[in-house]
Amino acid sequence: MALVNIAYLVASALFIFGLKGLAHPRAAVRGNLLGALGMLIAIAATLLDRRIIGFEWIIAGMVAGSAIGTILAARIRMTAMPQMVALLNGFGGGASVLVAGAEIIQAVRSPVREIPVQLTTATAASGLIGAVTFWGSLVAYGKLQGIVTEAPVLLPRRHGINALLLLASLGLGTVLVLAPGSTWTYALLVIVSSALGVLLVIPIGGADMPVVISLLNSYSGLAACATGFVLNNNVLIIAGALVGASGIILTSLMCKAMNRSLPNVVFGGVGGAVASASPADDVYAGRVKATSPAEVAMLLDGARRVAIVPGYGMAVSQAQHAVRDLTNLLESRGTAVEFAIHPVAGRMPGHMNVLLAEADIPYDKLKEPGDINPTFEQVDVSIVIGANDVVNPVARSAEASPIAGMPILDVDKSRTVVVIKRSLSPGFAKIPNPLFAADNALMLFGDGKKMVTELIAALKGA
Amino acid sequence: MDVFVTAFTIFVLAIFVGFEVISKVPPILHTPLMSGSNAISGITLIGAIIAAGAKETALTTILGFAAVVLAMINVVGGFLVTHRMLRMFKKER
Repeated sequence: MALVNIAYLVASALFIFGLKGLAHPRAAVRGNLLGALGMLIAIAATLLDRRIIGFEWIIAGMVAGSAIGTILAARIRMTAMPQMVALLNGFGGGASVLVAGAEIIQAVRSPVREIPVQLTTATAASGLIGAVTFWGSLVAYGKLQGIVTEAPVLLPRRHGINALLLLASLGLGTVLVLAPGSTWTYALLVIVSSALGVLLVIPIGGADMPVVISLLNSYSGLAACATGFVLNNNVLIIAGALVGASGIILTSLMCKAMNRSLPNVVFGGVGGAVASASPADDVYAGRVKATSPAEVAMLLDGARRVAIVPGYGMAVSQAQHAVRDLTNLLESRGTAVEFAIHPVAGRMPGHMNVLLAEADIPYDKLKEPGDINPTFEQVDVSIVIGANDVVNPVARSAEASPIAGMPILDVDKSRTVVVIKRSLSPGFAKIPNPLFAADNALMLFGDGKKMVTELIAALKGA
Repeated sequence: MDVFVTAFTIFVLAIFVGFEVISKVPPILHTPLMSGSNAISGITLIGAIIAAGAKETALTTILGFAAVVLAMINVVGGFLVTHRMLRMFKKER
């Protein structure tokens, strides 16, 4: 038994080293492998546990799970990474619910000992957090995959219903602790928490997904942690706590990047029908200038510095490879190209970075707002591809705006801004963007990938 | 109670370590951080393996088996997709 626990200690240490490796892209591949090695050691040690009397179900489950996991990981497109992470999160939460369930059944059947309070409390926590994670993640997956509408689904009295469901879950948890004789209490707790999981995520709109996924990531860690308390297993507690902390950090970074509080995001509804203070017609009337790829090519001809600002639209139109070609072409003509990346661009933290890395764009060209914002005045041309709210200058001035105070990318300060966008339709915040009507802004209307490709052709032709 | 306090101590300390380590991860690696930490949270697999192998009742075996499948997808899918992503990050040649 001591040997197994030492193996778990080694695994925990490897998890910490693994996450530490992610502090730098160069060390990150090795870090991830260290984490995987830790997992392997933990699994091998567990197989030595003397409670195990048969291996057939374990092997069958591991083979099936590995096969599905491998196929998912190999096939998923980089643009679909948010869905993938949501799904994996959900599976982790689901596993915690099932493990805690098996444990409580076993404890109730066992005639020898009284059921410890720690076990029942932790089981209730696993059931609650795990079920919320599982169903919440499935709804998030559905929204990202387009199976469920991305728009917020607002039920009447949803806050009341959610409060009631949470109280019911906590009540059932208390019953489980005080009278642990029946496993039905646990089953009921899981059902109520499942409903809570669905209802918590369904009112949250698409562009708030970076926050939701981070939060669910944290929950999946906490669910594993709770299961660790059920089993009194240190490696579960440590690994779960690490993941829980990671999710909380990301959640708070995402909230800060939108200048919104966590309750404001979680209680949902933003991005639904909002009556705008300044109607789009007033903002745009007669001031929007449409341009053509040929005209932009001429602008780029004389440009020394270009900043590209990608948004979710780049992911939707799969434009990252075309953007890479444009970058290479501009650089071959002596133009410096940088990328300005907003933390909430896309549907999960770091989404844009992964897409650009996939297209072989070196990571030292990817700049955070804090680094690139002071230099926009020296940028000759900024090219915004499928981003809207994160470049809306209203965030700096209008206090009544839904995005007031949100840190944005100051593209409007560059000499010329080219916005590649299908139409003047508003972004997630449902407000018009005065940038589109600014004197130094040109609109290149069309699909991101198509427009970038035409731009490349025009540059080569010039 | 002593058992719980020991476990809780480990939990609190691990949270501190987590905050220390994760706050050093740069934004460009936030997606791999999520998928990689996700894979680590698949550690529930260990509990699932014991439940599936202990054969207490038919029901616990089924629950254990299902948990092994879910957790294994989480672990294998998570580490592999993180590896796939991290290999794409290159420095300026």
